[in-house]
Amino acid sequence: MVLTPRLELEDVWVASPEGGWILRGVRLRFPERALTALIGPSGAGKSTLLSLLNRLRDPDRGRVLLDGRDVRETEVRALRRRVGMVLQRPYLFPGTVAENVRFGPASRGESGPPVEELLAQVALPPEMAERRVDGLSGGEQQRVALARALANRPEVLLLDEPTASLDPGATLRVEETVRQLVETTGLTVIWVTHDLGQARRVADYVVLVMAGELAESGEAAGFFAGPASEAGRRFLAGELLPREGAGRAPA
Amino acid sequence: MSFVSVLVTLVFVAVALVVSYTQRLDLERDLVVGAVRALIQLLAMGYVLDVVFRLASWPLIALVLAAMAGVAVQNAGQRGAGLPRRFLPPAVGIVFAEAVTLALLLILRLIPAEARYVIPISGMIMGNSMVASGLVVNRLKAEMRARRGEVLSALALGASPRLAAQIPLRESVRAGMIPTVDALKTVGLVQLPGMMTGLLIAGASPLQAVRYQILVMFMLSTSTGVASMLSGFLAYRQFFNAAEQLVLPAEAAPAGGERGGAAR
Ligand SMILES: Nc1ncnc2c1ncn2[C@@H]1O[C@H](COP(=O)(O)OP(=O)(O)O)[C@@H](O)[C@H]1O
Ligand SMILES: [Mg+2]
Repeated sequence: MVLTPRLELEDVWVASPEGGWILRGVRLRFPERALTALIGPSGAGKSTLLSLLNRLRDPDRGRVLLDGRDVRETEVRALRRRVGMVLQRPYLFPGTVAENVRFGPASRGESGPPVEELLAQVALPPEMAERRVDGLSGGEQQRVALARALANRPEVLLLDEPTASLDPGATLRVEETVRQLVETTGLTVIWVTHDLGQARRVADYVVLVMAGELAESGEAAGFFAGPASEAGRRFLAGELLPREGAGRAPA
Repeated sequence: MSFVSVLVTLVFVAVALVVSYTQRLDLERDLVVGAVRALIQLLAMGYVLDVVFRLASWPLIALVLAAMAGVAVQNAGQRGAGLPRRFLPPAVGIVFAEAVTLALLLILRLIPAEARYVIPISGMIMGNSMVASGLVVNRLKAEMRARRGEVLSALALGASPRLAAQIPLRESVRAGMIPTVDALKTVGLVQLPGMMTGLLIAGASPLQAVRYQILVMFMLSTSTGVASMLSGFLAYRQFFNAAEQLVLPAEAAPAGGERGGAAR
């Protein structure tokens, strides 16, 4: 059986413009057709790692491989169609929902999949297509951003804290939608989150990054039952206690 | 106007000095330096133009135009600090704006091919193109920063840099042209532009002066349009590398203040 899309990081280092390293020697292979939560404290290098996978950024050392080939050897726009991305905020373009959803295919002069079908995939009603995006709620906008990414028919979807600006209800609905996509279409999803509860709800696998290094990776169930690494144990424990600096109750 | 009267005009600078001194504005030094520079620069320009007009030699005229263009490009290029090739957008923008506008003026026989027309009119074309080009690049930097999320989202969808930068580019080209468009709307109501004032003082009839002013205002819409568009197109690409990744210039300390606009 051919496993594709096979995404691997091979001893990846990313330098910081201020000196030092943002990522140091990360070796990793993402499981195909499953949802991997990329977790770690704020500033650990999660967003940087994600941006290497669709070449919004390149590593200073090491390689990123897709199906065994260095991503720098494929045409960059074709790569970005195969590996889609949704950011923390929707960043929709001014205009209607349909115009946004068609953006990717339209930029190549293609019509792309039917807008109604894409909206259905993210649990939005078809009549939303002609609405202007500025009138939508935050949760609806983020779903439109998802549909816009899906219009390229990507094999991998990168999500960088996509629910960070949503209320708890909208967050749960987006989680459900993405889970559905993984189950029904076999999409590979890499979901950055610093919310352990969210990772526990959505992930099949977990990758823990701490201070630019890969601390631990494995099945989500195993990780939450008991992390294998000391860093993993500390991170899990630290999240359950009051945050450092938030002030402890006086004894 | 005699040279003695020119010296008498220093009385106006003296008044400004008194204001600065009594109000503790601390502008005395700048005022004196500025007045001396203006005196020297303008007198020198006067003598150069006097010679150029009398010799009527085209190589000499071309030399004067080239020197003016050089100063304009140098000046507008400061706005692009942090970009890999910051002088390229104003260089191409200003030179093309000058070439296109001057060619139209001469081909349509709106002005005679004489130094006394070509040089001052070129000064206005290049001065306004310089301001437009600087505005475009400045605005483009701000827009790319402010819309970083939208630009990255578009790139992530497989868009070309050109498409990803579409909104920042459009906004900055607009920013370059807006002063000219606004001037078209208010000219004659708020102020009499410098060129018209000069013509009136030199004894031209108001009807004649107004015709030249109309010519100047309309031609400047071509100049700033061409300069803004070319500067925008040559600047936006510098925000992306060969791998079509967004590369924002490092946030620099704000450069020295911009002085006034160009003459119209
Ligand atoms: N373009 C950049 N310029 C300077 N520092 C950066 C840049 N990108 C990331 N960093 C730094 O790298 C570290 C990791 O950032 P990031 O990948 O955004 O972490 P995370 O997503 O885990 O919060 C942070 O310390 C951040 O300040
Ligand atoms: Mg991040």
